[in-house]
Amino acid sequence: MNFLPNTDKDREDMLKVIGVGSIEELFSDVPSSLRFQGGLNIPPGLSEYELAKHMAGLASTNTAQDFVNFIGAGSYDHYIPSVVRHVLGRSEFYTAYTPYQAEISQAVLQSIYEYQTMICELTGMEAANASMYDGASAAAESVTIASGLTRRKRALVSKSVHPEARTVISTYAEAQDIQVEEIDYKNGVTDVGCLAGRLGNDVACVVVQQPNFFGLLEPVDEISARVREAGATYIVSVNPMSLGLLRPPVEYGADIVVGEGQVFGNPMAFGGPYLGVMAVNKKYLRRMPGRLVGMTTDGQGRRGFVLTLQTREQHIRRERATSNICSNQALNALAATVYLSWVGKKGIREVGEQCVQKAAYLAGKISGIKGFSIAWEAPFFNEFTVKCPVDAGKVVDALLEKGIIAGYPLGRSYPELKDHLLIAVTEKRTRQEMDDLVAGLEGLA
Amino acid sequence: MRSPEPLIFEISKPGRKAYSLPALDVPAKSLEDLLPASEIRSEPADLPEVSEVDLVRHFTRLSQLNHGVDIGFYPLGSCTMKYNPKINEEVANLPGFNCIHPYVPEELAQGALQLMYEFQDYLAEIAGMDHVSLQPAAGAHGELTGILIIRAYHRSRNDLKRTKILIPDAAHGTNPASAALGGFTVVEVPSDSRGGVDIEALEEAMDETVAGLMLTNPNTLGLFDENIERIEKIVHGKGGLLYYDGANANAILGISRPGDMGFDVLHFNVHKTFGTPHGGGGPGSGPVAVKAFLEPFLPVPTVVLDNGKYRLDYDKPQTIGQMKSFYGNFLVMVKGYAYIRSLGPDGLREASRNAVLNANYILRRILEYYDLPYDRHCKHEFVVSPSRIKRNTGVRTLDISKRLLDYGVHPPTNYFPMIVDEALMVEPTETESKETLDYFADVLIAIAKEAYENPESVKSAPHTTVVGRLDEAGAARNLNVRWERPE
Ligand SMILES: Cc1ncc(COP(=O)(O)O)c(C=O)c1O
Repeated sequence: MNFLPNTDKDREDMLKVIGVGSIEELFSDVPSSLRFQGGLNIPPGLSEYELAKHMAGLASTNTAQDFVNFIGAGSYDHYIPSVVRHVLGRSEFYTAYTPYQAEISQAVLQSIYEYQTMICELTGMEAANASMYDGASAAAESVTIASGLTRRKRALVSKSVHPEARTVISTYAEAQDIQVEEIDYKNGVTDVGCLAGRLGNDVACVVVQQPNFFGLLEPVDEISARVREAGATYIVSVNPMSLGLLRPPVEYGADIVVGEGQVFGNPMAFGGPYLGVMAVNKKYLRRMPGRLVGMTTDGQGRRGFVLTLQTREQHIRRERATSNICSNQALNALAATVYLSWVGKKGIREVGEQCVQKAAYLAGKISGIKGFSIAWEAPFFNEFTVKCPVDAGKVVDALLEKGIIAGYPLGRSYPELKDHLLIAVTEKRTRQEMDDLVAGLEGLA
Repeated sequence: MRSPEPLIFEISKPGRKAYSLPALDVPAKSLEDLLPASEIRSEPADLPEVSEVDLVRHFTRLSQLNHGVDIGFYPLGSCTMKYNPKINEEVANLPGFNCIHPYVPEELAQGALQLMYEFQDYLAEIAGMDHVSLQPAAGAHGELTGILIIRAYHRSRNDLKRTKILIPDAAHGTNPASAALGGFTVVEVPSDSRGGVDIEALEEAMDETVAGLMLTNPNTLGLFDENIERIEKIVHGKGGLLYYDGANANAILGISRPGDMGFDVLHFNVHKTFGTPHGGGGPGSGPVAVKAFLEPFLPVPTVVLDNGKYRLDYDKPQTIGQMKSFYGNFLVMVKGYAYIRSLGPDGLREASRNAVLNANYILRRILEYYDLPYDRHCKHEFVVSPSRIKRNTGVRTLDISKRLLDYGVHPPTNYFPMIVDEALMVEPTETESKETLDYFADVLIAIAKEAYENPESVKSAPHTTVVGRLDEAGAARNLNVRWERPE
C-alpha cells in the first residue's frame, strides 16, 4: 500500500517541466558509491486489511489489557471519557503542526492558552508552558533553569522522587557539570535533617515529589523553609490529579512545578506519549523552556492568540536558547484540556476524594492481613506502600493467576525494599476488585 | 468568515457538568480522618463547568479555525507534512496497545515489545546502522541523546579535550541548542557556493578538540552534500564522530543510507519521515540509531529477544542513562511501525522518489518570479527567495506567506535557513497530487504578480481568516498567558 497520487502520466509531465529524463537524474548528486543497491531488508508492503489484521494480532498478544491493574508508579489508570478521543480525532487538531501561522492556527493556540490557564489554576503558579516531553524530562530541564538562574552547580534530589525522573535528571545534569546529590528518605519521606545538612549557598535547587514515589505526602513546608534559607530554587514534582483535592504547590512556596500530565485523559499506553507539565512563577518565566501562548489582538482589535516570548527558543536563540525542545506533546496537552473541561471544577475534586477513599479502604484491608502491613505512617493520596512477608516480586507473580497485577515491586529501584509493594488505585477500581486483591494476598499469608 | 470562539472559561456556568463517575462503593470516611486538614485545598481550582454538548461544540468549533493536512496543502519545509494514513490512527487506538501499564510484567506485553523490537530493526536497516534506541520523544530529544552518546564515547577513551561540536550555518536551531545542552561549545561552519559544507573551512575547524560534526543531508536547503565522502574523511581523520540529523530522511529512503555515508549516530523524526501526525506540535518520536561501537552508550532500556521472549534490557554499564521515563512515545511508534509495514521497501523508496520529484516540479514552475540561491536539483524540499519581488515592491516573505492563507494553503517555512535572505522553504511531500502542486505554483505566481500590481493587498493579507495579523510584539510586551476571571 502506498499513498501516492501521482500517475505515470503525471510523472512524465512533471519530468518534462523539470527538464530531466528520469527521477534517477534528480539524484545525480548522490555519489554512486553511496547509492543503496538492492532492496531494504524489511518485510514487503501490506494492504490495509493485512495491516489491520497484523496489528490486531500484536495488540491481542498484550494480555495486560485483561488484568485488573494496581500499578501506579508514575502512570495511572484513570477513566478517559469518550469526548477526549472524539476531540483528539478531529484532524484539524491532529494533522496540524506547531502554530507558526497564527491566523490559521487559532484552534491549537487557543486550546493551549486554555491548557495553560488550567495548569495555573491547579498549581497556583503564574505561568505554564505548552508541554514538555514528560514529567521526568520536565524535572530535568527545571534543574537546568535553576542552575542557570542561581549560577550554582549542585542539585539536591530526594530519593523519594520517581527513580526514572532521578535518572533523567542525572543524565541531563551530567553534561552541564551539575552535580546531583540524592537525599535519603526516612519513614518513607525526605529526611529533612539530612537535607538540611547538605543544603548551603552553593545549592542551585532541591527537587521533591508530592505525593512522593511511595505515595506519601512530604513535609513540603519544612523543606520549603530550608530551601528558602539557602536561596535555592524549590522544584516540586506533583501528581497533577492530586491538585483537585490537595493544596496547590504555590502555597508551600514552590518556584517551579513539574509533573506527569498523563493522568488527564491520556492512556497508559506502555509509557507514552504523555506530557510534561511545567509551571513557574514570573521570576522564572524568561528561562522557561518550550512553547508559550499569549493573548493579543489584530489590527482591528479582535482577540487572538500567538506563540510568545519566542526569543527563549532554539529557532531564534540557537545555542543560547533556554532548551533544545521543538516538537512537544501538544496533542496530549489537548487531551488534558478536554479532560479537565469534562471533569470540571467539581469533578476533579470528586476524583481526588474517590482516590483517597478507595486507597484508604484498600490499605485498611491489607493491613489486616497477617504478615502484611502498611510500610509508613504518613498520609497518602491514591497510592501506598505495603510491606509483604515475602519478596514483592513473588507477590505480583502469584496474583497474576487471579487476573490481578498487584502493584509495583519497589525492589526494582530500591534494593533495600525488596519486600515492599507499591499499590495504586484510581476512581476506576471497584470494591470487588480491591476485595479480590485482598483475598489473593490473604492466600499468600 | 468563521467567527471566533469564546474561551471554555467564558461559556462556563456554575452548576453545569459533563462528568459522571461511579458512585463511591466503599464506606466513606471523613476526609479529615484520612488527610491533615492543612493539606486539603481551601479554594477549588477554577476549572470550567460545562455540559458535554457545550464541551463538544466548543472544541469542534474551535477546530474549524485551524489548518491541517486533512484540510489542504501544508508545504511547511523541514517538517514533512505528509498525509497521515487513517488506518494507523485506528490501530494505535486498539485497547491492546492503550491499556498496558509500562511496568506490567513483560510476559503480559509481548506484542508491544515485539513491535518495538521489529521497529528497532527496520529503522536500523533503513539507516544502515546497527542498533537503535526508541526512547527519545522527538527530533531534538534524539539530537541530545546522540550528543550525549558522542560525549560518553570520547570520555570512555579518556579523550577529554574534545569540547566542541561543529555545526553548519544552515543547520536547524535545535542542532546548536542540543549541542550546548550536551555540554559542548558550538563552532559554526560556513556553507560554500553550492550550498554544501565549505570544505576548507571544515578542514580548518576540525582538530583534536572537536568531538563531532552534526549534519543534515540533504541539508536544510534541500541539497545533498556532494562532498559527503570528503567530509567523512576529514572528521573521522581527526578522531571526531559524525551525527546525522534525520529530519530530512524523507529524501533518501532506500536510496542512500546515512550509515553507508559514514555517519556514526543519527536520529529519525518518526513524525515526519514515517507519516505519523504532528498533533498540533507533537507528540513526535525521535529514535536514535548508532554503529556497533556506540551501542554500549545507548540509553536504557532497549528491547532484546531472548529465547523467543522479548524483554527490556537495562544491562548497559556504560549507558548515558535515560532521556525520559519508560520507553519512548509508544503509540507514535505503533503508527510509524504500521507505516513502514504498509509501504514496505518498495513503497518507502517510491515515497522518497516522488517527494523529490514533487519538490523539483514546483521549483521549476515558479523560477520566473522567485530566486534560487543555489541552482541545482533539490531533494525533497527547496529554498527560494522572493528577493527580486522585495527589491521592486517591498513585499516580503512574511507578506507572501500571509497572502497564501487566503488561498487555503499553509505557507512554506519562513526565514529559515538563516543563510538565505527572505527564505521560503517548500516541502510538498510525496502525498500531494500534480493538481495540488500546480495550484500552489499558480498561487505563488499570482501573488508575485499581485505584489507588483497591488503591493498593499499583499502586505495587508490575510483578508479571509478569523483574525488578521496579530500583534506579536504586543503579546510579548503585555504578557497575558492565562485567563483571569473578570472581577
Ligand atoms: C532539520 C531539523 N532538525 C531537527 C528538528 C527537530 O525535530 P523535533 O521538532 O522533532 O524536535 C527539526 C524540526 O523541525 C528540523 O526541521
